[in-house]
Amino acid sequence: MIAIAIVRTKDLLAVVMLTGIYGLLSASFFVVLDAVDVAFTEASVGAGISGLLMLAAITMTGRAEAPKRHKPLLALLVVFITGGMLIYGTLDMPYFGSFEAPVHQHVAPRYINDSMQEVGVPNIVTSVLASYRAFDTLGEVAVIFTAGIGVLSLLSLPRRRRSSELDESSEDSTEKQMHEQHMVLRIISKILIPFILLFALYVQFHGDFGPGGGFQAGVIFAAAIILYAMLFGLDKARRVFNQSLIQLIAAIGLLLYASVGVVSLFNGGNFLDYNVLADDPLAGQHLGILLIELGVGCTVAAVMIIIFFNFAGRREAQQNSPELNSPELSSTKQNNSEGE
Amino acid sequence: MLLGLYNYWIVVLLMMIGFYIVIAHGNLIKKLVGLTIFQTSVFIFYISMGNVDSGSAPILAEGVSRYSNPLPHVLILTAIVVGIATTALGLALVVRIKESYGSIEEDEIQIQDQLTEDKT
Repeated sequence: MIAIAIVRTKDLLAVVMLTGIYGLLSASFFVVLDAVDVAFTEASVGAGISGLLMLAAITMTGRAEAPKRHKPLLALLVVFITGGMLIYGTLDMPYFGSFEAPVHQHVAPRYINDSMQEVGVPNIVTSVLASYRAFDTLGEVAVIFTAGIGVLSLLSLPRRRRSSELDESSEDSTEKQMHEQHMVLRIISKILIPFILLFALYVQFHGDFGPGGGFQAGVIFAAAIILYAMLFGLDKARRVFNQSLIQLIAAIGLLLYASVGVVSLFNGGNFLDYNVLADDPLAGQHLGILLIELGVGCTVAAVMIIIFFNFAGRREAQQNSPELNSPELSSTKQNNSEGE
Repeated sequence: MLLGLYNYWIVVLLMMIGFYIVIAHGNLIKKLVGLTIFQTSVFIFYISMGNVDSGSAPILAEGVSRYSNPLPHVLILTAIVVGIATTALGLALVVRIKESYGSIEEDEIQIQDQLTEDKT
């Protein structure tokens, strides 16, 4: 239903709000389907960070969608043909919830039956993520890191020359204004942020036993920092979390992950085989999972913060000097007029 | 019983909606939202495949013998976070497009491109 509403709505702000609700709904859907770890991630990502980033983007691009000029009939036709073929394809699929489905036959029984002896971590999702399929996860973290670099190279601005005094005074006045406007929000978030950070750390290190792990913890940690940046201004947040420091953390997280693999190579095992990290295989597994989850958490949190800071910094720069910031825009306009 | 397949139909429906937004809408941010819906439909597809009747969440506990399949959960968990990172990359591209073209509507960008091509 929400998805259909998204199709119909022209106002992009409303669309973004609806995507937030959609994310929360699908999170609860995942809980119903017994996928608690996934629901956790979807709740923090789908309902939190993604809406925020889209908001940041539409403040820069404008919130109205232009009315369509061409008829959507052809698109509708294509979509219905694809959908019809897919539904025809599902007719052979195993029924929902059936225990004999081929998905449950190959590796899953081994994960469920043997992971306690082999890895010693009650949360099977964590043991599969960090131990059985650690190489895969390393790739995913590398993708996230690359995306962070991409956003950085697309949106980062040349280092600002601090014309300090003028800047400071204007900053102070806007800050005062903000302070009066959002008093309640600020005080409450001041109380809340330490707890959010603490919760993120709990999720990080308790991922072995309950739902949680590096990915969720990273996102929650980043959410706390972003909340701080939104309410207290980007400059203040930047002073706490230096841009280059965050970039360093993102790189260190990935490096930590990979180096755990290399260390296990040196100890005579396979890449990312934790059994050789300590005398006792189980202790080695624990150590390895802890370390790589830490690496994942570092990278994810740092990349999310980098992405948000760059969006927000771009926006601030645009507001301060709309003409100066888009030289390409004026040049293309000139080109257009010349072409005509 | 055909009704036992209803989870796939929900997935296909969501996928169709997302696909439709991607094809039929000219606004680039709207397209990204459509892509997100498409993505979620695939997530739900995986997770619903991993679900087992009267199974419980895959965290080992005493007195529970049936767990839902942990493998799809792992795949989707990482896919969600990777998805938001790539969406952010897409949004960054949209912002840059807005800056250089002054618009994020597909048709207008195309018109501008043609004009500059004609000129050269």
